[in-house]
Amino acid sequence: MPKELWNDAAGGFHPISASDFLPRERLREIQLRRLQATVARVWDHVPLMRQRLSACELGRDAIGRLADIARLPFTVKADLRDTYPFGLFASPMPEVVRLHASSGTTGKPIVVAYTEEDVQVWAEAMTRTFASCGLHRGDIVQNAFGYGLFTGGLGAHYGAEGLGATVIPVSGGNTERQIMLLRDFGATAICCTPSFFVHLAEKAREMGIDLRTLPLRVGVFGAEPWSDGMRERIETENGIEAFDIYGLSEITGPGVAAECSEHDGLHVFEDHFYPEIIDAETGLPLPDGEEGELVLTTLSKRAMPMIRYRTRDITAILPEPCACGRTLRRIRRIARRDDDMFIIRGVNVFPSQVESALLEVEGTLPHYQIVLSRQAGLDQMTVEVEVTPEVFSDKVRALEALRGRIAHAIEHTIGIRVGLRLVGPQSIPRSEGKAKRLIDRRHD
Amino acid sequence: MKIPQLSVFLENRPGSLLPPLQLLAEAGLNLAGLSLADTAQFGILRLVLKDWARARELLERAGWVVKRNDMVAIDVDDAPGGLVRALEVLTAAGKDIEYMYAFYLRRDGRVVLLFRFDDPDGAIAALDDAGIAMLPARVLLGE
Repeated sequence: MPKELWNDAAGGFHPISASDFLPRERLREIQLRRLQATVARVWDHVPLMRQRLSACELGRDAIGRLADIARLPFTVKADLRDTYPFGLFASPMPEVVRLHASSGTTGKPIVVAYTEEDVQVWAEAMTRTFASCGLHRGDIVQNAFGYGLFTGGLGAHYGAEGLGATVIPVSGGNTERQIMLLRDFGATAICCTPSFFVHLAEKAREMGIDLRTLPLRVGVFGAEPWSDGMRERIETENGIEAFDIYGLSEITGPGVAAECSEHDGLHVFEDHFYPEIIDAETGLPLPDGEEGELVLTTLSKRAMPMIRYRTRDITAILPEPCACGRTLRRIRRIARRDDDMFIIRGVNVFPSQVESALLEVEGTLPHYQIVLSRQAGLDQMTVEVEVTPEVFSDKVRALEALRGRIAHAIEHTIGIRVGLRLVGPQSIPRSEGKAKRLIDRRHD
Repeated sequence: MKIPQLSVFLENRPGSLLPPLQLLAEAGLNLAGLSLADTAQFGILRLVLKDWARARELLERAGWVVKRNDMVAIDVDDAPGGLVRALEVLTAAGKDIEYMYAFYLRRDGRVVLLFRFDDPDGAIAALDDAGIAMLPARVLLGE
């Protein structure tokens, strides 16, 4: 185990992180044993999974070695929707101690369940996440992830408590109050979405508070993609070290993977969550190092195990050993999702690429919409962006410059010309609070 | 010497000017001055009125994006060259004008010019030194 981890500011290494440093061979033994148990569990308790395994001519003992995982059928988001609310549970309700749900953009939400052990494993994964971000007992963690049905708030809460840190359970929103608490309580770390932090930092500047003069030294950011440029800006402007964390409710919530001090990819907590990369079109597994869709299998989950869940997140597994000494494999930072990909003039474009460009220019994510149309046989892409009070100016020149900056940032990211329209607030239709991102009028 | 001005973002499409002005009319708010800047895509409606704080609140509550900033009001004779002298002073002092607009004052036929400067304080000082008359908000907006 690396010596520096025993000598951190608190004078101790959190024993829970020991699993981050298991010899690869030992880790693979644990993974195999847990995978076998998980397949047996869904065979015994989840009718849909049993039916799917049978259809692939597989049984309760389908897994002889780890590589056999590639023979298992995938699970997709629609499966969770189709079995709403409790159809994929592998534990009877008296053993389920917690339910979370995500607000789906379309239709029914997705429900996830935890037994007492599941909550413990989740807390452990989040404790290892915070430890990986250099936090320890004595740190004061302002948890600005939303508490409630969303897994972010409670996941981070249990993790930081597990570490022995002091938690400020402020939840999301109410920026001015957050800044007051940050200053008055002397928080040394904050966790939230990166866009919320940028918003908070701007507000603090307006209030005449320089975050660099506060004890705040670490930001733990997740739940949305953010660019390296945004990280650089966050770090230099606010005097903090920013860490990227990754997770999704279907698998556990936050705590699936986290950056370490090297900031070179996110270590997957592989003893609980087994990562694969597949070709999104053929579904075939890809070797480490190649880019594709991330597929995750839970290895410890009891109430709602997931077999080969397709995350739609595009990344690659980085197989090289990490300088931090962790033996857990890393995934590259996720820049885009496969969800709403569209092709225009032969170029694959992801709305998340447009999003990261908007984030870079505006600092926070405004409501936007991508409109595809065909003019004289040529595909056109127009991005409509709602004007916010933060960016609005009474000067035409300033608004035209903003338009130019956004268009340039998008063109720079995706490599084709786009039209950019500034539109009035609330002019882009929302469904359940979220904007519909893509309107394709090319075939109208 | 500074005159508060509200700016409202509008999309450049037929009818978009009506609703915000309707809202202010219904609330009994009278405008002292108005200007509209437009591009092919969007417009910026600029309003000068006494009860700007209440107007802002109403507009924001109705969902418009509103910004307040300070203008400088100069009043000149309604005669050839009325504007030229003020511009000479500003040019000599190196005070950039972001934009400006003019309107007649009802009572004595004088013309009020409203200027938007990046540096209103510097511009006020330069105009003051040159003896160019400026209107305080209470004169322009009443009370």
